[in-house]
Amino acid sequence: MGNRSATSPANAALTLRNVTKRFDGASGRVTALEDITLDVREGEFLAIVGPSGCGKSTLLSLLAGLEHTDEGSIRLGEQPVEAPGRDRLVMFQQDALFPWLNVLENVLFGLRLKPDLTEAERLESARYYLNLVGLGNKEKARPHELSGGMRQRVALARSLAPNPRVLLMDEPFSALDALTREQLYGDIQEIFTKRKKTIVLVTHNIREAVCLGDRVVLFSPNPGRVQQVFDVNLPRPRRMNDPALAALASEVTAALSSHLAK
Amino acid sequence: MASKLPRPVIPTFVALLILGGWEWFVRSGRVSEVLFPAPSHVLAWFWESLLSGELLEATWVTMRRLIVGFAIGAALGVPLGALCARVRWVRDTLGVLALGLQTLPSVCWVPLALLWFGIREEAVLFVVVMGTLWAVVLAVQESVLNVPPLYLRAAQTMGSNGWHLWSRVIFPAALPGVLSGMKQGWAFAWRSLMAAEIFVVIIGGFGLGSLLNAGRELLRMDQVMGVMAVVMIVGLLADLIFFSPIEGWLRRSRGLER
Repeated sequence: MGNRSATSPANAALTLRNVTKRFDGASGRVTALEDITLDVREGEFLAIVGPSGCGKSTLLSLLAGLEHTDEGSIRLGEQPVEAPGRDRLVMFQQDALFPWLNVLENVLFGLRLKPDLTEAERLESARYYLNLVGLGNKEKARPHELSGGMRQRVALARSLAPNPRVLLMDEPFSALDALTREQLYGDIQEIFTKRKKTIVLVTHNIREAVCLGDRVVLFSPNPGRVQQVFDVNLPRPRRMNDPALAALASEVTAALSSHLAK
Repeated sequence: MASKLPRPVIPTFVALLILGGWEWFVRSGRVSEVLFPAPSHVLAWFWESLLSGELLEATWVTMRRLIVGFAIGAALGVPLGALCARVRWVRDTLGVLALGLQTLPSVCWVPLALLWFGIREEAVLFVVVMGTLWAVVLAVQESVLNVPPLYLRAAQTMGSNGWHLWSRVIFPAALPGVLSGMKQGWAFAWRSLMAAEIFVVIIGGFGLGSLLNAGRELLRMDQVMGVMAVVMIVGLLADLIFFSPIEGWLRRSRGLER
């Protein structure tokens, strides 16, 4: 695999070149992201981790096409990323399920926007992914009748069902309790191994990043930059209390604190 | 003790007490029965006009005007409100105008309506539409602007935009607010219609307001009070039969109340 920072775009799902993003804040121009160059390989689980204010959520919005770069380019395969698209679905921090639809209809929402499918295929796909996240028996339930963990599972099924090329996760576990989170880590890894999906996860939880990512990209704040990239060569499924995982997590933590101390 | 009684017992008792006291007070001759009729007289008028068909016809005329006027007001108000929410300069112009016109009591439209349309059905409808429209425009604008941005972001990443985004996300998300706007618009329409009917008596269209005003002219206070009671009951029924069930279902299905 050789030099990671200069991967050729041939096997890259997402290619970021010199991406810079600025915002006009109350205290003047703020550079949220500066000169980000990064490749996300096809079928890779990339975890982006960093303290708040490092621009990691901004980066995800850029990848989703919900915001635009000021400088640099983002490409999905050969296509430049300019607008939201079904090829890059997002799981948000809050589940963002629509309260006027039941669980099945929520999962069908994205599928119904794919014109090349028949209604029967859509139903089959929605039910397949609901079963995959263990909620096959809840399809008639309304979102408010489910627990936070179940809702986030439905959101996962909704993002997976239209079969996007890349799944973007914006801290989707941060609002959940520790037990539910651990369960979901297991589910996500199982689905990732089974479906070989390209996933970009943004989180402030270093252990979570190490547990889920094939690579962990550490961001440093003010302005947001790539600080260091770590390879995680631990076998899956990984568990949060695995000592090897803890050791790697503390290595990442040390790198972060040494940077913040500067 | 009191807690053991079924809940309607005390209100019923108090109501009977008040009506009985009122009846006794009028019959004792302390006030003119012409100006302050006893409840039994009001009830007698009610029964009589119900049998003659006068009351039902007036109620039907009024309800027809209310429903048609409200429907026009809501049909115009929903797209205009959505446009206000969507386009900045429309909000800064039409939205501000709506805010101003909504504070205008709808009875103020009556002179204008009479001059524009003459003593005709259209004048009454115009007043009702003006009473409904601005409340609906403002409510729709407000509830569309308050749709959580997260829903929009989620829908957009799934490929929803344009009309699909409006019909499948923005409007359903705004529906509870739109419905309370409709309810408010209905209340305004009801008030403006009564004002219009008292002022504008149209041949062949004798509504409840006209009946009320006729009672004044004939010095029949039993009719005046009877019609007032009917107006109240119709307003309550509209809420109980139409708006409350829809609102309740909407809130329950979204888990907005426990």
